[in-house]
This record gives sequence, C-alpha cells and structure tokens, in this order.
Amino acid sequence: MRQSDDKLRCSFCGKGQSEVKKLIAGPSVYICNECVDICGEIVSDAHKKHSGGVKMEFVEKSCVMSMADMNRVLARIASQIVENNPDMSNVLLVGIRRRGVPLAERLASRIREMDSVDVATGALDITLYRDDLSTVGERPVVNKTELPANITGKTIILVDDVLYTGRTIRAAMDELIDFGRPRRVQLAVLIDRGWRELPIQADYIGKFVTTTEKEIIKVMLPEFDETEQVLLVEQK
Amino acid sequence: MGSGEWGKDVVSYSHFPLSSPHSPLVRMPLKRKDLLGIADLSPEEINFILDTAETFRDVNQRRIKKVPTLRGKTVINLFFEASTRTRTSFEIAAKRLSADAINVSASTSSVVKGETLVDTALNLQAMAPDAIVIRHSSSGAPHQIAKIVDAAVINAGDGAHEHPTQALLDALTIRGAKGRVAGLKVAIVGDILHSRVARSNAHLLSKLGAHVALAGPRTLLPFGLEKRIAPAEGSVTFACDINEAIKDADVVMMLRIQLERQSGGFFPSLREYSIHYGLNRRRLELAKDDAIVLHPGPINRGVEIDSDVADGPFSVILNQVENGVAVRMAVLYLLAGGE
Repeated sequence: MRQSDDKLRCSFCGKGQSEVKKLIAGPSVYICNECVDICGEIVSDAHKKHSGGVKMEFVEKSCVMSMADMNRVLARIASQIVENNPDMSNVLLVGIRRRGVPLAERLASRIREMDSVDVATGALDITLYRDDLSTVGERPVVNKTELPANITGKTIILVDDVLYTGRTIRAAMDELIDFGRPRRVQLAVLIDRGWRELPIQADYIGKFVTTTEKEIIKVMLPEFDETEQVLLVEQK
Repeated sequence: MGSGEWGKDVVSYSHFPLSSPHSPLVRMPLKRKDLLGIADLSPEEINFILDTAETFRDVNQRRIKKVPTLRGKTVINLFFEASTRTRTSFEIAAKRLSADAINVSASTSSVVKGETLVDTALNLQAMAPDAIVIRHSSSGAPHQIAKIVDAAVINAGDGAHEHPTQALLDALTIRGAKGRVAGLKVAIVGDILHSRVARSNAHLLSKLGAHVALAGPRTLLPFGLEKRIAPAEGSVTFACDINEAIKDADVVMMLRIQLERQSGGFFPSLREYSIHYGLNRRRLELAKDDAIVLHPGPINRGVEIDSDVADGPFSVILNQVENGVAVRMAVLYLLAGGE
C-alpha cells in the first residue's frame, strides 16, 4: 500500500509528491529528485566505462614554439616566399582548414608589410577528398572551400600547420587541380614532424621536430585556442 | 521560487534548457542509418544537414562539379512511382559524389512479374549497395526495407506520409532567401490530405520555429494532424480560407493538385478549385511585400498557381530544384559513407 495520497507520483520509484523534495514533470511522466540522482550516477558510470580506454588525455612534454618564436618563424617564411617568387602578384596563399587558414592570412600580412604587395589568400577544406572517409566512423563536418575565381596559371602556396603523413597535402593537391591548372604549387608548414606516408616534402618549413608516432604536435592559435604556442604532447 | 529552497511544486519539462541548435563548435553528426522522415529528426540534426548542404551548393558551382568523396560506393534509386525531378536529383547528387548510381523503376523491374517489396529489397541487398533511395505509393514502405537491409535507406516519398529531402530542400531555400526559418509565417496551400510534402514540411518548419498555416478545401484538410505534430518552438494551424493563410505570410508554398489521387470527388472541378484555392497575383498581395513562393513541382499552370506568379520575381521554384541536388548530396554523404 502506498503511504501518501498524492496525485502526482514519480514514475520510477512510485513515491508521491509530498514524500520527495522535488518532482519533475515530463510528457505524461514524472521523476523525483532522488531518481534523478540515481540516473546521474548511472550515466556518469556508463560514461566512465565507455570512454575510459578511449578518452584522450594528454601530457604536455615540451613547448616547441612560443608566441615570439612563431612570429619570427612566420617572418622568415614570408621573406623566403618573397625571395623565391619574383612575381608576387601571381601568388596565391591557400590555407588548409582549419589552422592553415589563419597562418596563410598572417603570412599574407607579413608579405604586405615587407614587400607592400597585396597577396591573395584562399581556404581549402579537404574533407571531401580525404582517403580515409570510409574508415572513419562519423562523417566529418564539411566546411567551405573558398578560392578566387580562377587559379589557372597562378603560383599556389599551400599553408598548413603540421606536416605529418602527407595525406592531407595529397588531398589538397587533388582538390586544387579540380579548380584549375596552377602554374606551380609550393608547400609551407609551421612544423614538419616526420613520419611521411607519401612522397611529399615542404618548400618552407618553420621548424623540424623529431617525434615518436605516439606524440602529437598541438599548434594553438588565438583563432581557435586560448593561447598562441606550439606544444609537443603525448597521449596518456 | 524561494532562494535555495526546494519548492514543492512540479517543474515543467519545458524549463530545461534544450541544447543550443547553433552551437558552433560541438555539433553532433548525424548518427543514424537511414533517413525515413522528418518526424524523428531533432532540430540539431536538421540544421546539421542544412549546413552540410550549404557546402555542397558551392561544389555545384565549381568548374568540375564532382568530388571523390563516395568513390566506390553504390546508390540504388528504387522508384515505384513516377518521378523526374527527385530521381534525377538523387542521381546527379550520387554522381557528383563519385558514387555509382543505378536506377530501378517499377515498370522495368521484377515487380511487374509479381515480386514482393521484401523480396526485391533482399535481392538488392545481396548486391551490396551502400544506399537505397526509395519512392513508393505505400506509406511505410521505406521503413520496412530499412529493417531488412544493411544499406542506408533514404525515403524519397512514401504514400501520403513523408518526403524528407523535399522538406530539407524547401528549408534550405527559405533559409537562403530569408536568412532564417524561426518566426516566419509559412502558408502551405492545396491538397494537404494527400501531400507528403506538406507533412514533412509541417514537421520540419515548425521544429525550426516557423508558424505553419495549412490551407485547402475542407475535404482535403486532415484535421487532427496538428496533434501529431508537436512543434518544439513554432506552430501548426489549419485554415479553410486560403486568404487567411496567405495573409502576412513570409513564405507561400503551393502544392500540386495530384490529379492521380482525385477520384474521391474532393472538389467539384479544377476550375472551381483554381478560383478558390489557386495562387494568383492579386491573392499574393495579401502576403508580406517580400514574400517568396515555393512549389515542389511539377506545377499545374493555371490550376494551383498562375503562370505570372510561377515565373514572377517572387518565385524561388527553380532555386528549390537547385538546392535539391545539394541537400541530397549532403544526405548521401552523411549516410552512405563509412563502413
């Protein structure tokens, strides 16, 4: 027999409104604060079990580049680009989403300061050209590719944060070719961390970092992160 | 409410903050095998599909309108009902993603030899397609197939039930023209009773916060439908008077009078229907000055819509067709990739 004569009862434990601190109504169901607590425990347990082995926890190993280092390196790459390309008006800096895009913008503004030439920039989203789409579980978010109308005959400098397997660059080159026939394509990266799986090399490298396969290079930019620096981290 | 005290009153469910549909960073991808209807999609999932479609609109503007994304995947278009627009649109979408698209229509399939729907599906399944796009005159046919095949099943219209990709392309068109869906008044006019387009749109637009007014002859209004559509933010209402529905509308969506489904004597004549429920220039003046006109096609000129409206400056009918390819590319990409 139920003790109270409440009209509203928790649909889970059956306790009446007066027997619990709070009763919450959903569409034709009720739940009391006690059952909510139990649910919370179940969910957090399940979450721990589910993500325990997979959850990414990183240990910071070293700082590869500080903000000042990054500025110096970008200035150097910018001057190398100007040195190698006498006709800067024909150059297009194309950042690879996501972190390559702000890097390309910064290189462009450096070149503008240095050479007072306006260098056009663009953004490339390589998602639709990835070679691992059928093996990654969830569909990655597709973002926009923004390139000027015609890239035929241009010198294109692809800009990315980290050069690793080379597969991203392969995808980026495939996508570029679908937009036209560039005169030449060069590659600028902030960090080259080795471990190439395709025969691809960068023309401009900020810094070469020796890494193990487990380590991760984390490029942090104010556009996406709280700070600006490059860290070497490892999965726990 | 007392400060810090536990009140004894019952807190309404609606007081819970729902997850924001516009959170820019944490967006849940579509985690489902099939797209069978709008009714079971969340506003977040709808917005995710629309945002993805926005990117594919760009792909369709490129010089080379093909990306290698679904290379090696097979999409079967299984159409048991006549269709030009939807079938072509799905075929183009699949091909622009580099998938192989195979079209099967009822008149050329084993259906004419008496094969059941389930047997057809099992035989197709044996050929290992990655997606099956199905249109059928019976409501629920795609759901039945979805249960028995591993491929992603996409509903391209089932009976008078749902036509999810049409509603998605309509929403993409409205969003493109108006910049938003929430808060808009959308009049959907015509044969609501037989229209899967009206149902899917009523679900979708009200989920995104629009106020949907369904209007048509009393004989063609499925009263009670609004009870089964429980919009989170918008609303769904009925009107027998088209003028009332169109008044101050931001969007007017005209439905095709489905001549093949009009044997029941729902209205006296096409001429009378046209006079009372057709959209002409004079009637359109009741809507807002910047209202847009949609029609899922194929249009019956002079019946539900006058030519000068269909071809006029407010008409976005051809934008709908354009957006259809982008939406179907997004749906195929989100469902047919992967293992």
